Amino acid sequence: MSIDMKQFHSVFFDESQEHLDEMEHLLLDLDTQNPDPEQLNTIFRAAHSVKGGSGIFGFDALGSVTHIMESLLDNVRQGKLAIDPQMVDLFLSSVDVLKGILESYKSGSEIDWPSANRICERLEAITHPKSTPVEHESEIEGFGLFTESSPIEVEDGFGFFGDPVLPSTQETYGFFADESSTAAATNVQNSPESAAPANASLTTNIPSPEVVTASAPVKNAPSAAPTKSKPADVVSENSSIRVDVTKVDQLINLVGEIVITQSMLNLIGQSIDGALGEKFQSVAAELERNTREIQEAVMSIRMLPVSFVFNRFPRVVRDLSTKLGKSIDLIIEGGDTELDKGLTEKLVDPLTHLVRNSIDHGIESTEVRVERNKNPTGTVVLKAAQQGGSIVISISDDGGGLSRKKILAKAHEKNIAVGENPSDAEVWQLIFAPGFSTADQITDVSGRGVGLDVVKRNVQSLGGRIDIESVEGVGATFTIRLPLTLAIVDGMCVSVGDQTFIIPLVNIVESMQPLQKDIKTLVGDDQLLLVRDQYWPILPLYKAMQLEPDFKEAHKGIAVLIEANKHRFALFVDALVGQQQVVIKSLEQHYRRIQGVAGATIMGDGSVALILDVESLAVTVNPHTLQQAS
Amino acid sequence: MSEAANIQKDQEFLTFTLGEENYALDILTVKEIRGYESVTKIANAPPFIKGVINLRGDIVPIVDLRIKFSVGTATYDEFTIVIVLHIHNRIVGIVVDGVSDVVSLNKDQLRPPPDFGVAFDSRYLLGLATINEQMIIMVDINELISSEEMGLFNTEQHQVV
Repeated sequence: MSIDMKQFHSVFFDESQEHLDEMEHLLLDLDTQNPDPEQLNTIFRAAHSVKGGSGIFGFDALGSVTHIMESLLDNVRQGKLAIDPQMVDLFLSSVDVLKGILESYKSGSEIDWPSANRICERLEAITHPKSTPVEHESEIEGFGLFTESSPIEVEDGFGFFGDPVLPSTQETYGFFADESSTAAATNVQNSPESAAPANASLTTNIPSPEVVTASAPVKNAPSAAPTKSKPADVVSENSSIRVDVTKVDQLINLVGEIVITQSMLNLIGQSIDGALGEKFQSVAAELERNTREIQEAVMSIRMLPVSFVFNRFPRVVRDLSTKLGKSIDLIIEGGDTELDKGLTEKLVDPLTHLVRNSIDHGIESTEVRVERNKNPTGTVVLKAAQQGGSIVISISDDGGGLSRKKILAKAHEKNIAVGENPSDAEVWQLIFAPGFSTADQITDVSGRGVGLDVVKRNVQSLGGRIDIESVEGVGATFTIRLPLTLAIVDGMCVSVGDQTFIIPLVNIVESMQPLQKDIKTLVGDDQLLLVRDQYWPILPLYKAMQLEPDFKEAHKGIAVLIEANKHRFALFVDALVGQQQVVIKSLEQHYRRIQGVAGATIMGDGSVALILDVESLAVTVNPHTLQQAS
Repeated sequence: MSEAANIQKDQEFLTFTLGEENYALDILTVKEIRGYESVTKIANAPPFIKGVINLRGDIVPIVDLRIKFSVGTATYDEFTIVIVLHIHNRIVGIVVDGVSDVVSLNKDQLRPPPDFGVAFDSRYLLGLATINEQMIIMVDINELISSEEMGLFNTEQHQVV
């Protein structure tokens, strides 16, 4: 082929991903009793687009599955075939398989042909009901969403096909025309117990039967995929364009520069006197307004509605509630709240975990709910909203809530130190400790206690924090607070000598001018600060950053009390300059990582200020002093 | 000294001074030349790394070659020059006493570098050249800036480059 098709691959992957997401979303919405023809059409078009694209690029696995789906959907939308819930389930499983295949193509890893072939057979079984028995409904949820982590998939995702399936329908579609293809049209013959994708052994039914293992590379797998397929749909219903993120970032950088130049211009304008000066200032003010608007517009390019994340949850809730036999309503609010693209992607895992947690641990079983005089159907509310400079996402359930007694007992059992008479908020935070789970019974959904600590870490790595509110018997709410974008941090500017540093606001407990009598000096110059009966080790920033400060005596400057992940300490600086949002720039791009510094930012006057990394600063605190303090 | 072999045709060099001596570097590595402005200091950095500046949104380290090679006196006034270089996709500024000229040289005009007598390690030299009866020390600036000795690049990243 003269054109390098690879360059179009990433676009195809992105588009197909969106088509599949859309399909899933619509399938979940679909009313099987009275299907909306427009929805059916859209699902059909999505399948068709994926098929078309995969035909062009030679992604046969995608092509073969989507082709059968497409024909089925075509029959459905033309009214030749009535859609029923089983079919929707099967389509959903197909979407999952397609997503898996897409991921394999994307990462260049092995295609899971067995599951692709299985889903083809099952789809064909519907097309030609006489040829194969239709599987039981209960087997359908196997191809779970939680490909990486969930045990669901391993436990019942495979090995449905105890009975050999007659592939009598193959000629009809003729995908698997390639005679040499050993993997084409296969039956899985192993027993359900031993079923795992890696070692599922397959037999072919084409002339000379031979056994291959699925893990062996399937080189000449079906290649006669729909060659006759039309080019991908030219009709595009949305008016968006695809732009490389680096281009957007470059734009954001440049606009940042314009803003700085603009403020310098303003400074110059103030020193011009007379009529000319006035004129200049009014023009400069105009320019300032425009640049602010440009800046906002450019920043908004990176923003995506949070519904991109939320839209996957109806499926999660549906699958889990069926599995656990609970009846659950999911309510989504504020899906159009906008969030930085980088953040949305990283939110998926923590949110999925929390939602699953709510469903598994939060919501009681139907019997218990009836017993407690609650609505037998539980409710999980997923809500997003913008509050000032941050995005607040909350997951609430009307389940049993957290049990203070259980958590404290568990903490005792795990030897986790708990203060005297801890407040509720303190108790709730305990569940974020590694290895902590209060579930009475370990289910495959959750309860192993791996996870909530990871959730907390994920959220913190995004510069956010997570809070819990809970009333026993009434329900619990997990609230995640995130900065609007990854690129901006709320910080406190402090000065040491002639240099300015930024401390991320999330780490600051409070700032104070310490009194001489509260400062205790230890052996070796280390100092402790007494704040409300607690000793905090003092870390002078001028020592950590090797600078000449204005004050060397702690009581003349300011102590900023800082809470890092594991340590607490008082950072001693010359003065507080002010609080502001700063754009994070990488130091490593042109230089290297510096101990104690998370990045740099450009201040309003064009100078560079370093953003402190309190975690790594905490390490520099003398461990002996830390011990003394505790 | 891999680059010495590559010098076939005339190549252009930017000459600059450090103290009393004249140096030259490949002009294609030069991004721009600007005056010295105040820098943001960096903790635990060697003294020749003055700090970082904001170059139109990029945080760029500034190296004072005079301190690094103990030539001249490291004073900073309105005549102090920073040559901003673009090397291995990174931007680095070097402080010099002044820039003088752009010269064209070909391979024949290059003499092998002496083993001693110049501040630079001969690893970082392309050779010597004489122009207008002045000796110019040709610096292999790519080699110098990305050297471990400068500590500007994380070593593992350098290997990738």
